[in-house]
Amino acid sequence: MSWGESRTITLTVNGTSYTREVEVRFHLADVLRHELGLTGTHLGCEHGVCGACTVLINGRSARSCLMLAVQADGAEITTIEGIADIDGPHAGGLHPLQEAFREFHGLQCGFCTPGMLTTLIELLRDNPAPTEEEVRIAISGNLCRCTGYQGIVDAALATAKNLREATAPA
Amino acid sequence: MTGQIGARHPRLEDGPLLRGLGRFLDDIPAPGALHAAFVRSPHPNAAIERIDPSAALALPGVRAVVTLDDLRPHLARTRMPLGFRSSKLPPTVTASVLADGEVAFVGQAIAIVLAETRHLAEDGVAAVSIDYTTRPALVDCRDALLPNPPMVRADHPHAVVARFALGYGDTDAAFANAACVVHENLFQHRGGAHPIEPRGILARYDHAEENLSVWSSTQMPHELFYMACEVLGLDENRLKLATPEVGGGFGAKYAVYPEELAIIATARMLRREVKWVEDRREHFIGSIQERDQYWDVSLALDADGRIRGLRGSLIHDQGAYTMQDVNVAYNAGTAVAGPYLVPAFHLDIVAVQTNKTPVLTVRGAGYPQACFTMERLMDAAAARLGMDRAALRRHNLVPPEKMPYEKPLKARSGAPIWYDCGDYPACQDELLEAADWNGFAARQQVARAAGKYRGIGIAHGVKGTGRGPFESALVRVMPSGRVSVFTGAAVMGQGLATALAQVCADQLGVSPEKISVIAGDTRTITLGLGGFGSRQLVMAGSSVQLAAKAVAVKLRKMASHMIEADENDLVLTDGFVHVIGTPPAAGKTIGDIANVLRGSPGAGLPADIEPGSDAHVNFRSDQLAYANVCHIAEVEVDPETGGVDIIAYTAMQDSGVLINPLIVDGQVHGSIAHGIGNALFEWMGYDADGQPVTTNLADYLLAGATDVPRMRTLYRQTPSPLNPLGAKGVGEVSTVPVAAAIISAIEHALAPFGAHLAQAPISPAQILATLQAGGAAHGPA
Amino acid sequence: MKPPAFSYHDPATLAEAVALVATLDNARVLSGGQSLMPMLNMRYVLPDHLIDLRRISELAHIRQSGGDIEIGGMTRQRDIEYSDLIAAKLPLLHEAIHWVGHRQTRNRGTIGGSLCHLDPAAEMVATVVAFDATLIAQGPSGVREIAASDWTLGYMTPSLAPDEILTGVRFTPWPDGHGAAFVEFARRHGDFAIASAAAMLTADGAGRITRAVLTIGGVGPAPVRLTEAEQGLVGQLANETAFAAAARHAAAIEAIGDALVPAEYRAHLAGVMAKRALAKAWSRIDGKGKLAA
Ligand code: FES
Ligand code: FES
Repeated sequence: MSWGESRTITLTVNGTSYTREVEVRFHLADVLRHELGLTGTHLGCEHGVCGACTVLINGRSARSCLMLAVQADGAEITTIEGIADIDGPHAGGLHPLQEAFREFHGLQCGFCTPGMLTTLIELLRDNPAPTEEEVRIAISGNLCRCTGYQGIVDAALATAKNLREATAPA
Repeated sequence: MTGQIGARHPRLEDGPLLRGLGRFLDDIPAPGALHAAFVRSPHPNAAIERIDPSAALALPGVRAVVTLDDLRPHLARTRMPLGFRSSKLPPTVTASVLADGEVAFVGQAIAIVLAETRHLAEDGVAAVSIDYTTRPALVDCRDALLPNPPMVRADHPHAVVARFALGYGDTDAAFANAACVVHENLFQHRGGAHPIEPRGILARYDHAEENLSVWSSTQMPHELFYMACEVLGLDENRLKLATPEVGGGFGAKYAVYPEELAIIATARMLRREVKWVEDRREHFIGSIQERDQYWDVSLALDADGRIRGLRGSLIHDQGAYTMQDVNVAYNAGTAVAGPYLVPAFHLDIVAVQTNKTPVLTVRGAGYPQACFTMERLMDAAAARLGMDRAALRRHNLVPPEKMPYEKPLKARSGAPIWYDCGDYPACQDELLEAADWNGFAARQQVARAAGKYRGIGIAHGVKGTGRGPFESALVRVMPSGRVSVFTGAAVMGQGLATALAQVCADQLGVSPEKISVIAGDTRTITLGLGGFGSRQLVMAGSSVQLAAKAVAVKLRKMASHMIEADENDLVLTDGFVHVIGTPPAAGKTIGDIANVLRGSPGAGLPADIEPGSDAHVNFRSDQLAYANVCHIAEVEVDPETGGVDIIAYTAMQDSGVLINPLIVDGQVHGSIAHGIGNALFEWMGYDADGQPVTTNLADYLLAGATDVPRMRTLYRQTPSPLNPLGAKGVGEVSTVPVAAAIISAIEHALAPFGAHLAQAPISPAQILATLQAGGAAHGPA
Repeated sequence: MKPPAFSYHDPATLAEAVALVATLDNARVLSGGQSLMPMLNMRYVLPDHLIDLRRISELAHIRQSGGDIEIGGMTRQRDIEYSDLIAAKLPLLHEAIHWVGHRQTRNRGTIGGSLCHLDPAAEMVATVVAFDATLIAQGPSGVREIAASDWTLGYMTPSLAPDEILTGVRFTPWPDGHGAAFVEFARRHGDFAIASAAAMLTADGAGRITRAVLTIGGVGPAPVRLTEAEQGLVGQLANETAFAAAARHAAAIEAIGDALVPAEYRAHLAGVMAKRALAKAWSRIDGKGKLAA
């Protein structure tokens, strides 16, 4: 049931199309989480600073707390739940970046992880050979209270290297 | 599987979290729940004259507005119990479950609006009308000591919460004959805890059973359970409490909060499911902080640099209410002498009430302030004596031959402060080598030639870890061959489940993947103390190890009947109990043995067998295991902007035996990042009227990925004699010396300008002001 | 922290959008949303109507017309960041855009949104002022062009009528080979600057400055162009003395102070940033003479 002005929108999330009537004042994160049940996208501040809510919208990283769900009508969205399938299937069922997060301990509580993964997926597409400085700048809009970032940075650099080697001509 | 201790085992927790399948508080499906939003005080100090909810109740979707008067008939007591039941503080230091006629800080919860969505609840909050009579606020904690300070609140009208002295030895004599006396006036402030997941609670009322099921994002599930039963007057069998995945705690979730009890009581009163998820602004004003401390301290030394005595005073801002005790001030006071031999010590401490959010422990819990105080004095003394800062420290460290070393002070448990083990000078030596302390002058010259001001700083810290009095663990082998570990410790994001699984696996000869750790669920284990004080692996880990050991004995004994071998010839490998020297598969699986041990109706068991394949241990310790750290920071400072760049950071830590170095590294990295925030960024500001001025993450700064340098970590592993694992805590330890090391490095970089830094955090503007003053700038803003 | 209730409109054409702003009371225009959404979530603004420009595709473009470059108001900051045309022709804007927020906010944030929000520290505003660019607004009675120097009426108040929409901004590039630099000081990467400076310079073969622009952001209630300092630079041999003299004008700006940043510090930083921006811009001039001693 809806309690205010609503609209019917269609979102394609991780390859699945959803049509839902949503209140126009709901931000995208709330709709992903509570209307679609995709709770992997997290809310840490709801004012656009922590980055935990970051998703990919038509391939570009964006803060889903800074966007109304109605603004995403018609968009293709990738959330943390869909990352394993990017350029997949992958052995082990995880994207190489996810594997690297595990190997390099790029997560502790896991609350910032959805934003870190989506942001870094975009970075590695834009820039397959980032420097450490570039990785740090890319995630400078994603706060993590647990890891001190080092495991995350190492995971990103290792993934970039592995992906480059995997695609390098033999 | 033996060999688990010390293995860099990837975490068992990671799989679901990496897929977005972790279940945090706000992820628990609650389709029928009412959403709560709190009406919070906009005033730092006011009497509440009237609350009129009518306009809110008239809004669509708003179902109820609940005040303390509404809850009163449903509560056994309206005032929160003190978290430390052994505290000597009067009961009026705590807050009520909701405001009781007055408010004493901006953010204090007054009423709850319950609505069909959180949006509607917030609409309702804006529509609740409250008449206040405002009163002047006590904002600066130093003002509490002036004659006739403003009254913080009417129901506990005492400016001073606690005044006490700590000490030993004859400080007067120590100072009277000292060759060198240095003095510092220091301001310290650490800000909020700021887990990226704020707090939250979901209370579900079950009509059929009249039971309450509660999930809370807390570090203290059992404490919340028992306190809820006490405050609500509940039969303990009517409440179930569990923690979901917890997105970090850092101290914010260490207290039982009025909001949590108010939500549980509301769910019970309304017979509805109620959910409250704290938003970031609420976290800024409603969750505990570590705020202002003013230290006035002196250190007396001999001409050769040997410490003679330490004395001074501390004024501590406790906020408007006390939730547990004056823990932060007490920890800071008892820890100030740190790793050094200090023959005489005296500190006068006064903790005062202010019209600000309550103060309680943030990661490090007063130890970082203690460290900063001592290390600033050490730097000042080194400068005065013309000694190398590292050499002066080494000269005064408690030497290994004096270990175990007792300080004539008591920890909060009443047990003496007793450094169990460690080689502090060796830690320093190794660290100096790794960070190339001696090569710094050359690096500084190169930097100076390029127009850069480079400095290096060192700081030592000790941290009491493994806080008792006990922690619970129940280890049970299941007929499936899997193992369950139940504990009253709390999972809050560090990887405790993996570490406990490793400890258990090591004893039972299974892989950690076969072990499920169920923590913080009051239905599965009745006792537990939760997550705080870098204690969980030490305490719960010891319980798990002892319990798993006992289970292994049971399995071997039962197996000796099943395969007719002497139990002493049996070993546990790869999920089998088998005769040593034979292939594991020639024995019996632990699942089959557990299946026999669980009993079968009417079937006999051998006479010497105790039923069940489980064991329950509450490992006890009142002694803290003291971990020690030494850090070196190297920075460049831009004297035109005051900007600080951390160029290199090297950390040495001795946390005893490391169970999983991968996890330990992560804890150390996170601790250092937190400490960088405390050195350079985190300031929870209030204006002169008591209004908070940093209530969003754009104004209150957490260190980001570009603010934290690549860190190098080193370890020594001196086994603690205090527990069977030989472990010491990790989680907070490396937070302790960071601000001290960095600010020492900044001061060192700016030595050509005569800089003297006497506060943490310090902003670029303050650094510059220091330079322009040619001396210490001092104060919160 | 959830937005208040409002009515949502997403007109498909500029004409519809203009009609909506002209008729609806208490309406806010939503472009990239990177400033408006936090204010909505925090309920700092309580509009009755939101008019979302996202469907008006004609507002998102970067194009060359004559010698000028026109950027549509709904052009995402990221598209400016990655535009080769901008990098080649408007190096100051290219450098400034990297200082704007974070990658996730640049992906959504628009140049028009930033210009209308008019934060004192906004890099886009400082850049537009430095270029003396022309802002283009559409109202019910047609198009109005506004010089950047007239854009700011006061603190976070643009010269835009309630019935107008900012549709774009037109830049006139400086000659090839000019030197441009955007520098700023913020507490952390991506934070709003405490002070920023934008400088553009041209020089003759003898190392003499022939044209100069210096703009300071973050310090006053809006970015300011230091015309006196610029005039002082022209005709000078470029050297530290000349830059320092210009920087003194920056440090003399009446700075805003607050609980977090004292005014004196902002003013001081303005001087430092000015000096650095000038030196950096100078270092980037092609075919200039040597920095005079
Ligand atoms: S929740 Fe969106 S940026 Fe923090
Ligand atoms: S892993 Fe906990 S906030 Fe990043």
